[in-house]
Amino acid sequence: MTTITDNAIATPRRAVRDEMIALAVMTALLAVVPLTGVYPFFVMQGLCFALLACAFNLLIGYGGLLSFGHAMFLGTAGYVTAHALKVWGLPPELGIVLGTLAAASLGVLTGLVAIRRQGIYFAMITLALSQLLYFVYLQTPFTHGEDGIQGIPQGHLFGFINLANPNTLYYVILAGFLLGFLVIYRAINSPFGEVLKAIRENEPRAVSLGYKTDHYKLLAYILSATLAGFAGSLKVFVAQNASLTDVHWTMSGEIVLMTLVGGLGTIYGPVVGAFVIIAMQQYLAGFGQWVTVIQGVIFVVCVLTFRRGVIGEIAHYFKRSL
Amino acid sequence: MSINLQALFAQLLVGLINGSFYALLSLGLAVIFGMLNIINFAHGALYMMGAFAAYFLLNVLGIGYWWALIIAPLAVGLFGIILERTMLQWIAQLDHLYGLLLTFGLGLIIQGVFQNYFGSSGLPYAIPDELKGGVNLGFMFLPIYRGWVVVFSLVVCLATWYLIERTRLGANLRAATENPTLVRAFGINVPRMITLTYGLGVGLAALAGVLSAPINQVRPLMGADLIIVVFAVVVIGGMGSIMGSIITGFALGIVEGLTKYFYPEASNTVVFVLMVLVLLIKPSGLTGRTA
Amino acid sequence: MKNKISALLLGTASLLAFAGFASADDKVVKIGSLSDQSGLYADVGGPGSTLAAQMAVEDSGLLNKGWKIEVISGDHQNKPDIGSNITRQWFDVDKVDVVVDTPNSGVALAVSNIIKEKNGIFLNSGAGSSDLTNAQCSPNTIHWTYDTYMLAHGTGSALTKAGGATWFFLTADYAFGAALERDTTAAVIAGGGKVVGGVKHPLNTSDFSSFLLQAQASKAKVIGLANAGGDTSNAIKQAAEFGIISGGQKLAGLLMFITDVHAIGLPVAQGLNFTETFYWDANDQTRAFSKRFQDRMRNKQVPTMSQAGVYSALTHYFKALDAMGGNSHDGAKIVAKMKEMPTDDPLFGKGSIQPNGRKIHPAYLFEVKKPSESKGPWDYYKLVATIPAEEAFTPLDKSTCPLLKK
Repeated sequence: MTTITDNAIATPRRAVRDEMIALAVMTALLAVVPLTGVYPFFVMQGLCFALLACAFNLLIGYGGLLSFGHAMFLGTAGYVTAHALKVWGLPPELGIVLGTLAAASLGVLTGLVAIRRQGIYFAMITLALSQLLYFVYLQTPFTHGEDGIQGIPQGHLFGFINLANPNTLYYVILAGFLLGFLVIYRAINSPFGEVLKAIRENEPRAVSLGYKTDHYKLLAYILSATLAGFAGSLKVFVAQNASLTDVHWTMSGEIVLMTLVGGLGTIYGPVVGAFVIIAMQQYLAGFGQWVTVIQGVIFVVCVLTFRRGVIGEIAHYFKRSL
Repeated sequence: MSINLQALFAQLLVGLINGSFYALLSLGLAVIFGMLNIINFAHGALYMMGAFAAYFLLNVLGIGYWWALIIAPLAVGLFGIILERTMLQWIAQLDHLYGLLLTFGLGLIIQGVFQNYFGSSGLPYAIPDELKGGVNLGFMFLPIYRGWVVVFSLVVCLATWYLIERTRLGANLRAATENPTLVRAFGINVPRMITLTYGLGVGLAALAGVLSAPINQVRPLMGADLIIVVFAVVVIGGMGSIMGSIITGFALGIVEGLTKYFYPEASNTVVFVLMVLVLLIKPSGLTGRTA
Repeated sequence: MKNKISALLLGTASLLAFAGFASADDKVVKIGSLSDQSGLYADVGGPGSTLAAQMAVEDSGLLNKGWKIEVISGDHQNKPDIGSNITRQWFDVDKVDVVVDTPNSGVALAVSNIIKEKNGIFLNSGAGSSDLTNAQCSPNTIHWTYDTYMLAHGTGSALTKAGGATWFFLTADYAFGAALERDTTAAVIAGGGKVVGGVKHPLNTSDFSSFLLQAQASKAKVIGLANAGGDTSNAIKQAAEFGIISGGQKLAGLLMFITDVHAIGLPVAQGLNFTETFYWDANDQTRAFSKRFQDRMRNKQVPTMSQAGVYSALTHYFKALDAMGGNSHDGAKIVAKMKEMPTDDPLFGKGSIQPNGRKIHPAYLFEVKKPSESKGPWDYYKLVATIPAEEAFTPLDKSTCPLLKK
């Protein structure tokens, strides 16, 4: 037990224990938020983006695939959920299911195209695909172009949980986030996740071992798209609107930034990163366009000196996997 | 029918003009990619800087368009060299994705700073007196300046191709891409070559910026959306060959021009749709080696 | 246990605070100027709108009567999410009473919905969407300065009457562009004109040459630009390049602000027609206001119609508060009072507010001067026609606002 390899210094059992403790701490912290006087809408938005960043991280951190178009899943699910709630008058649970399914289908379609190239090509292709979708959404009438879909009714989940109550909504969003988070956690720690990591480290080797690497990558991509869509559907209930901002490439860039700041390939990094970036936008809003500059600076600083991200550095320091 | 044919010719010619910008930008990307193995996400921002450089040269120093064509690419190219020396070279050994993230961040910084100082609405830059006006070609009214853009960028593209594919310097460069260690053993300063290559790619972007200044408003975000189209162009053409990126650039400009005539609503998506088709049929791109 | 107690304490504290704020003869007002402070609309609204709000406070005379009025500003960065968050926090935490300006229709509609939920007041000046007083109208929102219907109608009918009988449209291919084209077409046809063709172009097009060639070939007398911002500027600039104006065709911008004309420059913009509801050089009162405004603006620009609208809207709001003798913090009630009172202020003259929240006043068709006609900086417009208030905006019987169906 003295071989030292990168992050996986801790023995598997200890790693699992650490991660469970971290999970319990995170859940407890998030559960008491409404009692502390922290503005709940801010935390809810943070949770949606945290799930989104975790979904993105599943691809880059464990599959080695950098998607520069994840906003398309967020936005697509958001539009579909919003349309289902507002125009079709469907109940929230159906709206969420439809939105998530829409993102999953989009994941299948774009995945089949994007997965054909690796590395930077993959990044460029996903970016181009999301830009294609941006133009489509700009022009189709159901999204209402620049006006977006507004004033979406929050409704009653399962017919009796009133989502218009901020506290109730908070716990529903938290439950959604934890559900998505656990799915990702399970995926990473399953044989499927192990194969993904093997592909990331050495794809030819994985091929020679008989794995159909393209299948695994496509599956990871679709799973990531689905969860990103789930986050987008949840976000509709918080923001009560669906707009072009969520499909624009700047949003894709922010998702990358959140994950990078928190730590690529760490389990909790994207959560922390999402809250850092959302808080920054919130509290630096007075600086206007300087926010863009600050984001750029964070990108540069992270890449040059801080590649492990916040959680990655902490984990490295304590020699733990988080 | 003859009227339609005339309109068609006009659209083809107009498409070539856009193609010139695609060609210059994707050429710069290909040159940088060949040597540094990174995709320069800051390319759009540097293109914008070229246009702004032309604006400043005129409005602050009183230096006109013709000198700007030379000075702006040199100045922005120098800026690129500084970026490469101070930042990009430190991540050369890392995964290529870090190069992409770093240049994306640089692009955000550059665009954000310009947006803070110059707003978003844009600044005017007049067409130089020598190129004002237009000629009636019978089937269309062609502004002289647009004709100039096509001819000049074609010349620049071909000159770059010649430099890289047909000269000794270019041969060294290509050799260094294949096997840097070996080339270094021959006593050639590879790091300096990499730096200069980045400068050259950036300079080409800035040159495109100067060319576009009189046509478009000079705006901080002028390159942001354009560069995504150019990425699609690069994916379609593949970045393996210099000539490939030039030809794809012009060709896609023409395709886009035709779309504007037949189905204008799709003219900003046609390049992306083509990209999807090419990926489905020939994943490595039309001229590219597999990545 | 401890958490429960603190929650209880917190709850009680906020209840007490709420009770304190709701007292009847309260004379505290907080105004939030929510705008795009540094992006596309920063020159149209932005810091200038905050200044206009500040000037409205100073000129209201309420400060001398013991009122405490504060103006704060926020930057929505053209993102509906950020705009919504700021608005929610302004009402929940900062106890803001009224939100002003807010360009960008997407953000404005989102904000309007939240303010309705919070029973606040929304005096929108910067956004164009006529939905604000139609399908998505609200008892808490007054749409002050302009809307797409009025722009399209004003330019369409006035220009057709002035001899522009045939039209060709360059339309941005999304809801906003389509609405502009639809409304303008209706006005052109009603005025006896004809639309001979049109082409839809994608949003954020940098190259208009293909579209301009088609417009040129159509031989239409007027080329209507049903787009906004950078698209309009680029189209105008390239139209000059293709010799469209010198070839005898007229360009009509359907959404233009004086700052756009300033950015494009007179040599290129000359001869352009469009509608606005305010021009700084209209009369002595507007000139006096603009002079004071310019002296306090960092970039020395004249007020745009959006910024003038912020001033005008708040002036009317203060009159209503003064008449009510205190701030009840009941948004719907104060808005109802504002609708009751006729409006009259130095910038927009006399006018009124319709039951659907639409403020109406005259609109003006302008033509951009030739460089030789301009006598100094910002001397850009000459008046072509005045459109009376009743004709400029959507007739009440055509409004789809649910508030009207009672």
